[in-house]
Amino acid sequence: MALNVTDLRVYYRTLRGEVKALDGVTFSVADGEIMGLAGESGSGKSTLAKSLIRLDGRMRHVGGTVELDGTAMPLSDDDAMDEFRFRKVSLIPQYSMSALNPTRKIGRMVGELLEARGERLERAELERRLELVGLSKDVLDRYPIELSGGMKQRVVMVVSTLLNPSLLIADEVTSALDVSSQKAVATTLLGFRDRGLVTSMMVVTHDISLVYQIADTIMVMYAGRLAEKAPAGVLVTAPKHPYTRQLISALPEVGVRYEDRRLAGIPGNPPSLLKPPGGCRFRDRCPLAFDQCAEQPPFAEVAPGHFVACWKAE
Amino acid sequence: MLKLDSVSKVYRVGAFGGGAMKAVSDVSFEVGEGEVVSLIGESGSGKSTLGRMILRLASVSSGTITLDGRDITSIKDRKEYYRQVQGVFQDPFSCYNPVFRADRVFAMIKEQYFPRVGADEWRKRVEGALESVRLDPGNVLGKYPHQLSGGQLQRMLIARAVLLDIRLLVADEIISMLDASTRIDVLNLLADLRARGLAILFVTHDLSLGNYVSDRTVVLRHGKIVEMGRTDLVFGSPAHPYTRSLLASVPRLHAKWTDVVPEDMAEDMAEDMAEDVPCAYHAAPQERRTRPGLAQVEGDVEDDHFVACSGCTGPGIEEKKIKEKA
Repeated sequence: MALNVTDLRVYYRTLRGEVKALDGVTFSVADGEIMGLAGESGSGKSTLAKSLIRLDGRMRHVGGTVELDGTAMPLSDDDAMDEFRFRKVSLIPQYSMSALNPTRKIGRMVGELLEARGERLERAELERRLELVGLSKDVLDRYPIELSGGMKQRVVMVVSTLLNPSLLIADEVTSALDVSSQKAVATTLLGFRDRGLVTSMMVVTHDISLVYQIADTIMVMYAGRLAEKAPAGVLVTAPKHPYTRQLISALPEVGVRYEDRRLAGIPGNPPSLLKPPGGCRFRDRCPLAFDQCAEQPPFAEVAPGHFVACWKAE
Repeated sequence: MLKLDSVSKVYRVGAFGGGAMKAVSDVSFEVGEGEVVSLIGESGSGKSTLGRMILRLASVSSGTITLDGRDITSIKDRKEYYRQVQGVFQDPFSCYNPVFRADRVFAMIKEQYFPRVGADEWRKRVEGALESVRLDPGNVLGKYPHQLSGGQLQRMLIARAVLLDIRLLVADEIISMLDASTRIDVLNLLADLRARGLAILFVTHDLSLGNYVSDRTVVLRHGKIVEMGRTDLVFGSPAHPYTRSLLASVPRLHAKWTDVVPEDMAEDMAEDMAEDVPCAYHAAPQERRTRPGLAQVEGDVEDDHFVACSGCTGPGIEEKKIKEKA
């Protein structure tokens, strides 16, 4: 197993108390697996992604362990985490377009980054990687301002994978792009794994239909907890958690004629994570809720590789 | 009702405004009473510029936009125009002043348009408008913007527009910042409003949303219409290679990209025919610049289905091209 997360809890410190953004998640990502991580805003998906890289000042690691390739990661120790960053686990941030140093040419910036890590990379290898994301080697002599948004995004993708990390986290990398660039970026991610530049991947997104295109498995989060994880095809065609079901049936699709048929949304709002209710957090919005839901359902394996946190899933 | 006739928009660019960038060129279409028309395009396609021109937030460089036959730029009293046409935009969070309560947007409408309406009567109207966008007045009135969700804020802006008895709503990417579970509610709300006779121009980059709500679809690319017509025709039998490649790139839930027949053919065709098919899609931009005489070839493929490219509409031509490739 590449990544093993056990009962991870990460809270945000705020003036009004602790926001339990990530409240006990347990899952694993296998070697070579591309896992899509889907959820609405406030579901904790970005918190999970960030926790594996760097906790910012407001975030506190409250409990649980994270193991990557058999080594425990010291999440709360910022300095000790440095050994893991970019070598073991790397991130393509959400706003990669503004992640580049505007005062350096791309080539020099990449050189400085490598130097800071005490690494070297053959120029030919760098050019080969640029080619893999569809950029010519000329970009190395350009300033970020000379590149388009999509090109900057791809430069960051190359930078993030320079040290061949074991786990790559892509946080909402396609959200700001047009459909055709979305497709290009998504297939490039797939290429990273297929060419062995990264071992496994977590693709964080709110767009299930996009992640379905490239992921092996999809994990759905709701209000700081895991709702369901299953092979991508199973999750899309036979979801077991009522939240996943409603989420998927609420997606309009092209190639379907709706006429006067309406899709139904999910009534209500997710609970506040300042004082989340006990038991299943989807309970208030769930059409299947019954007495037992006052108790937190376990994230149990109902079929091989198919985990669901719902009492009604069998 | 709303009619655009060869509308173009040229932006001055460069240090001294010496350069010109054509954001929209020669666009003509109509929005009928109570009709939802979606305007689909990628970034830079001119879709938002069109929306802004209709809302009179940007001037029209050439061509005319008419509402019931009246040129909208000739309507001197903007208030009168905005009583009939309103816009809602992408980011609901930035439309509110965080210092004031969110319902201030309603009070401002009252001040501007209905100063004589009594407080009780106005309150009733606000509540009615909120109910029509499926918000519980008790839940949203008196709250500050940070206490409300994006979906609620967005629906309040729609309610604000509804208060004015508007006839046309320009909805520019209003769904893209919302979560999947609330998205569909706002979309259904648009359908409700249409049922009440409101015309909607739905500007989006998301084809699946356009497909869900609209009666007619206009696909834009580089400021030009490449295809338009009844939504089921445009999505069901797309004739322009650009529309087809867009459709093929849309991630679907039950078909992977790899399952769909690759549209490379269309791309190859595009190269093959760049020589003799002078349309916006096929001719390379450089070529168009050097050969200014080239006109766009366009035509209807069937009733209510227009395609701005004659070279690839007929099935005969496609077959011929495939044979040649083989």
